[in-house]
Amino acid sequence: MPKAKVTFEDIGVSVTVPAGTRLIEVSEKVGAGITYGCREGECCTCLTKVVSGGENLAPPSILEDQVLKDNLAPRGHRLACQAQILSGDIVVRPA
Amino acid sequence: MPAAALADSAVELAPGVHWVGALDPHLRNFDIILKTANGTSYNSYVVRGETGVAVIDTVKEEFAETFFARLESVARYDEITVIVLNHLEPDHSGALPELLKRAPQARVYLSSRAQMMLKALLKPSGEKAPEYIPVTTDDEVDLGGRTLRFLHTPYLHWPDTQCTYLVEEGFLFSGDVFGCHFCDARLFNDRVGDFRFSFEYYYAHIMRPFREYVLDAVALIEPLVIRLIAPAHGPILRHQPRDYLHRYRELATPRLFNEARSEKTLVVFYISAYGNTRRMAEALAAGAETISGVRVSLYDLEGGESGIFTDLIEEADGLAFGSPTINADAVKPIWDVLSSLTTVNVKGKLGAAFGSYGWSGEAVRLIEDRLRGLKLRVPLEGLRIKLVPDAGELAQCRNLGEQLARHLTGQVEQRELDMAALA
Repeated sequence: MPKAKVTFEDIGVSVTVPAGTRLIEVSEKVGAGITYGCREGECCTCLTKVVSGGENLAPPSILEDQVLKDNLAPRGHRLACQAQILSGDIVVRPA
Repeated sequence: MPAAALADSAVELAPGVHWVGALDPHLRNFDIILKTANGTSYNSYVVRGETGVAVIDTVKEEFAETFFARLESVARYDEITVIVLNHLEPDHSGALPELLKRAPQARVYLSSRAQMMLKALLKPSGEKAPEYIPVTTDDEVDLGGRTLRFLHTPYLHWPDTQCTYLVEEGFLFSGDVFGCHFCDARLFNDRVGDFRFSFEYYYAHIMRPFREYVLDAVALIEPLVIRLIAPAHGPILRHQPRDYLHRYRELATPRLFNEARSEKTLVVFYISAYGNTRRMAEALAAGAETISGVRVSLYDLEGGESGIFTDLIEEADGLAFGSPTINADAVKPIWDVLSSLTTVNVKGKLGAAFGSYGWSGEAVRLIEDRLRGLKLRVPLEGLRIKLVPDAGELAQCRNLGEQLARHLTGQVEQRELDMAALA
């Protein structure tokens, strides 16, 4: 299975993960500071800054895009509960 | 009860500005978490200009009839041009679907974050969302000789909250902020019974978790000329309104100067039956203290009350909890503290757990789960030590303290993990 590496800058942890994993699944397991709320892509609590490697995440769905827009999320931010890791290296930290 | 607002008529705040809310004197418990010894009120207001009429917030649905009766005493529905929603929680938006039916021409002004909530609120009525305009600080609506100016004051106490300022009168329609659950038909702060306890109780339970946002809002409001504060619950503050603003600033600011402000703070709480978890706590604290830039405090939960610990937790950057395991669980004083934190913001703080055990040692993992549930970050696996910690195990405790301190000061060593190896 293809692998990717995601680094949580706030706690200095890099994790090798299978493609398709959502950011929140890894974040919770390693105790990073990304907090979650509804886990359904609505509340925007898990807003996450993608420091680099944003192209290695699956593009946001229409719903995620709308929620990001409604919450005035700056460019380069994603919802950790929605963003799926595809490949390569990704660096994130809490928004 | 003195009867200024007992009849179903509006109460004048100034010519053309009226209270049209509802009293709920028999409520004894609000949203499960708040005691309401004499009930509460749902305050709604009407502002009349030369070219338009604005309704600011509504009431809880079951009080809609009273609200509409009061509203009709000062305005016709076809005159209403503006509906302002300072906060969309159901106790303020309950009469909104019906108001929109009666005044379909009105344009709704609300914060950007409130838009999704508005759609969700109108779902059951099957009504199409009305024309709504998201607004932010300094956006204005002209009512003809009267101007409503909006202030973006999020998280007081929901993401959507905003305040609305009537420029010409110096009136601030504040939503929940500066409000309290206190029901008195005399309505105005210089006429009602002593409600000061209620004002502070409301702050402590509703606003305190958002104190950084409270200070932002106070800073936004302080430069304004304030002649009256009209909150969405409780007395209307027309006598010395700035006192309430000052009080909010005081309540949102730590009482004494924080001597450790230039450092990161780690608070270690423990409880111990035979001294083993205590020895672990002392070693952890000693380890953390070896890292410069970290101020460590150590407390035995048996020696205090959860209210005091809540204050300590609110101010701390990192928290470590030590508990023995008794009958497969952490002990009650730990859960008492960890179930008392809804009134403070702990999101994103560093958390850790440790403890000695005899048989099975579940306490540490259960505490970690709770800390994660409270949205702390828990990057380091907690320490479980069987019965009496030996020298090597105490060294592990010191090491955990050091690692926590390194996390707090940003000196963390980079680690590489594989997802498959994570529990």
